[in-house]
Amino acid sequence: MSEKTNTDVIFAGFGGQGILMVGNLLSIAAMDEGRQVTYFPAYGVEMRGGTANCTVVISDDEIGSPVVGHPRACVVMNAPSLEKYQPLMVAGGTLVVNSSLVGKGDVNRSDLSVLFVDANEIARKVGSLQLASMVALGAYAAKTGVVSVETLCACLPKVVSKKYEKFIPLNISALKEGASFA
Amino acid sequence: MSGVILGTAHREFVKGNEAICHGALAAGCRHYFGYPITPQNDIPEYMSAHMAGHGGVFLQAESEVATINMLLGAAAAGKRVMTSSSGPGISLMQEGISYMAGSELPALIVNIARSGPGLGGIAPSQGDYFQAVKGGGHGGCRIPVLAPHSVQEMYELTLLAFELADRYRTPVMILGDAIIGQMKEPYSPGLHEPPAPIDKPWATTGCVGRPRQHVKSLYLKDDDIERHNWRLHEKLQRVENAEVRAESYHLEDAKIVLVAFGTAARVCKTAIQWARKAGIAAGMIRPITLFPFPKALVHETAGRADLMLVVEMNTGQMVEDVMIATSHHDKIRFVGKPCAMPTPDDIFSEIKRLAGKTA
Repeated sequence: MSEKTNTDVIFAGFGGQGILMVGNLLSIAAMDEGRQVTYFPAYGVEMRGGTANCTVVISDDEIGSPVVGHPRACVVMNAPSLEKYQPLMVAGGTLVVNSSLVGKGDVNRSDLSVLFVDANEIARKVGSLQLASMVALGAYAAKTGVVSVETLCACLPKVVSKKYEKFIPLNISALKEGASFA
Repeated sequence: MSGVILGTAHREFVKGNEAICHGALAAGCRHYFGYPITPQNDIPEYMSAHMAGHGGVFLQAESEVATINMLLGAAAAGKRVMTSSSGPGISLMQEGISYMAGSELPALIVNIARSGPGLGGIAPSQGDYFQAVKGGGHGGCRIPVLAPHSVQEMYELTLLAFELADRYRTPVMILGDAIIGQMKEPYSPGLHEPPAPIDKPWATTGCVGRPRQHVKSLYLKDDDIERHNWRLHEKLQRVENAEVRAESYHLEDAKIVLVAFGTAARVCKTAIQWARKAGIAAGMIRPITLFPFPKALVHETAGRADLMLVVEMNTGQMVEDVMIATSHHDKIRFVGKPCAMPTPDDIFSEIKRLAGKTA
């Protein structure tokens, strides 16, 4: 069991930012690459406008807890998420920050590997603000190498419903733009 | 039963609740009755979308009391039937569950437990342990209870539940919780054969061409009810003798033995992995059948282990069954987290603390 191949990540932001969708996409990509994976969403209470987060654990071995107390990586899409998860992260962890909505000065841990991504702005240029989490996922995947960006792109049809499949090319652009940032 | 599935096997990535539906349809269940309650609504949602396409019946009843009696009726007609609910709804069903146990009717009842008592909340909990394994319904009713700890097991134990229900003519309960119901992970449907349909000559299918027969739980004549009780007792003893299932996790050389089921056992596995890396001989007994409880395994293990650490998402229920299984009460410790999930750090800290004391 190596630290490199076994990892976990928390995606967190506002409800409606597509947090759960990118968690699903990463999980399915990891499964397609032959890994074991768990996905645990915050469920139940708020659907839009509230906080949303999900935890993805990826391993080559049986996964114990699907919930993680001290994450090895976080992708934070808004300021409250940074406030909540930054103190919990393990030293040397990877922190991807949506610098469109989070002030760089709010990152106060010097023992983390931090990547600022202007995700909202990049998403807007790609074609829709709603792609911001997809941009951040591309950046996270490229930076950590946990799954390939190609696998993420190939798995998009499994998480995008038929009704919205015309937006798959935009999602691919968003993933690639994010990846180029890493 | 709990193996890791990697590589090329066909895997589906679904919620635990959905895996139960896949299992039920694979097992030939074509009658679902239910009433909505969080955190199991994925089950009726899925069944409402797919049951008709399989030629089956999905019926949202007006209440849980109606639900369980619809289940009773369809089971009496010889059909593979199921319902699902959560704590408050399961409480409402208990009268019917007892009638079904008394009438010896096979069915699957899924409890994706939430916090209690009362309306409680929607947070995950293992507070329904006593209700599930000690009878729930009145009159000495007891039914087998299965506790999945992975999405793979949500599928497999659903198949097993229908198999046991038919084999022993009894309702069978799956006791899950909000986390195992809501989490997603890959599972492989191909690893386990769905149970074949069996003949049910006792079913009330219309008596044209044969003598009339009754399915009932009412026995008023002389000592009929005493004989009926002894017969049900003998049946439960056969279940206890033949159907105990538990996972032994790093148990062979374990000095500190955790006992946990369901989601709590998932967390314990991570804590045990960390303990092993730290040179602590920790292991776990994970009951898969909560009733029948793996008494013999607990008894035998408690004799040679230094300590038994019971971990539950409640204030202490299964720990009483551990105490029944062994006289080494001085070795038993308990960590509880009611209506919340402990983190691996919580459990690992306790293992380290105990290891320091036993060293």
